[in-house]
Amino acid sequence: MTMRLYTFAVYLFLYVPIGIIVLFSFNSGRHASDFQGLSVKWYGKALSNPFMMDALTTSLIIAFSAALLSSIMGTMAALALQRIRGPLKPLFDGMIYVSIMIPGIVIGIATLVALVTVFDFLNPILASVWPEGANPPKLSLGYMSVIAAHTLFTMSLVILLVRARIAGMDRSLIEAAQDLYATPWQTFRLITLPQIFPAILAGFLLSFTFSFDDFIISFFVAGTNSTLPIYVFSSIRRGITPEVNAIGTMVLAVSLILLVTAQILLRKNTGKSSAAAE
Amino acid sequence: MIDDTNAKRWLTGVLLGPTTVWFLFMLVLPLVVVAIFSFGMRSPEGGYVASFTFDQYFNLPSRLAAFKNTLSYAPLGTLASLLIAYPLAYYLAIKVNQKWKLLLLVLVIVPFWTSLLIRTYAWIFLLGGKGIPSLLEFIGIEGVRLINTPFAVIVGIIYGYLPLMVFPIYISLEKLDKRLLEAAADLGCAPARSFFQITLPLSMPGMATGCMLVFILLMGEFLIPAFLGGGKVFFIGNALVDLFLQSRNWPFGSAVAITLVIIMLVTVSLYMRLAMGKSTGQDESLM
Repeated sequence: MTMRLYTFAVYLFLYVPIGIIVLFSFNSGRHASDFQGLSVKWYGKALSNPFMMDALTTSLIIAFSAALLSSIMGTMAALALQRIRGPLKPLFDGMIYVSIMIPGIVIGIATLVALVTVFDFLNPILASVWPEGANPPKLSLGYMSVIAAHTLFTMSLVILLVRARIAGMDRSLIEAAQDLYATPWQTFRLITLPQIFPAILAGFLLSFTFSFDDFIISFFVAGTNSTLPIYVFSSIRRGITPEVNAIGTMVLAVSLILLVTAQILLRKNTGKSSAAAE
Repeated sequence: MIDDTNAKRWLTGVLLGPTTVWFLFMLVLPLVVVAIFSFGMRSPEGGYVASFTFDQYFNLPSRLAAFKNTLSYAPLGTLASLLIAYPLAYYLAIKVNQKWKLLLLVLVIVPFWTSLLIRTYAWIFLLGGKGIPSLLEFIGIEGVRLINTPFAVIVGIIYGYLPLMVFPIYISLEKLDKRLLEAAADLGCAPARSFFQITLPLSMPGMATGCMLVFILLMGEFLIPAFLGGGKVFFIGNALVDLFLQSRNWPFGSAVAITLVIIMLVTVSLYMRLAMGKSTGQDESLM
């Protein structure tokens, strides 16, 4: 009984703060902390705020690109890693673990310092070889650097998810396909891909969530751009408003929807028949 | 035949190519550059001057407070999370019936995958003047200040990282052979004794994994002290944000960052020894 109460208390601890944010986002009052009545006006206000919409667009573009890159590169690597042996394998495993474990702040700093150094080196060269009259391109921090930095983590995440799926895969189908003279490409497209696809999609969604929610890496490498978490961070610094609650609720909702979908995909894929049927 | 193996090698190379490029240019190269910067000097205008000096490292004591705070709050926060997480993980792994288990487990993990920024923000709200303190005032307790205190930072830490602690402990308890406990009971062992002699030792790898994960992430924490510590409690992460984005002393910031990475590496290798010694573990770190 005490255990049950304790568990209940922990779940309250986990969910009450989130619930409060959601509740207060529907507050009709002008102050963040006095609840006056239900209204969706702060959502309207948030969605018509050009700075917030800009930041949202930036975040969506970055998250989509990072997730797409990660799912493609991560799947490729997972497929290759199942067949290599020798010293290369532990080296790759090491890289994967390091890129997952290393705190975001270190990645942010390292990427910032390295990219700025490389850009400072390349920009004068680009300017000198550029044809006279035309404006030479100037490399700088922005979307690309955030995408590249996020992809380091999310790519490794996809590798782990897809690799786990490959390990649990039914080998006999692949052998049967080979016995029936399927080309490697046919075997991949018709047998392997359908089986690992739920894991790839789950990896895509988790990558998207990670990138969309990340604050610290983007804070260092976004340059003059604002992602949604950066915008929220600076709004909070200026003071708590009901608008921030509305934005926060929307951010939570996006991650929740993606997470639940990813969970369903990962569960579904434990049943062999359902995976093969796709 | 020879062509076939060559083709396979070529294919493996192509498949691993992009990942290799990413690891080299987004992980190895940046860390190397930061290491080089940490031995450099700062130009009067604030830029980097190539050199080989340990000056930046000798200067580390000027940020001693940040290191002290991080190295005391991180273990404290890890311990607090462990104490709160263990009974929950135990309950989920051993007491809850199969029907509810998955749902309850998912409910623990879900918050971890949502924005830490928003979740920490929620506590500014809750601990701030109009939150819990005003409720306390209502029942007659006045003058309680919660936000911008060490307490607030610890609450934020537990809130942020509890799921990460519960999960590995849950896995190690779930794997535990329940027959051991039955055998102990049959032989007249009291439940408390079988807990301390069987359950607790066998869940060590899970606890070690959870502690390592939480500790490492706390070492690099920035948001929680920034939001809930109010400038009084600041971590290495806050010093780094200041050094790289505000005061722009990159060589010194690099030295701080490298020191942080070294502390983490030491932690991980200590953990490896501990977990390797107990044979299981390692892969539990992956959700």
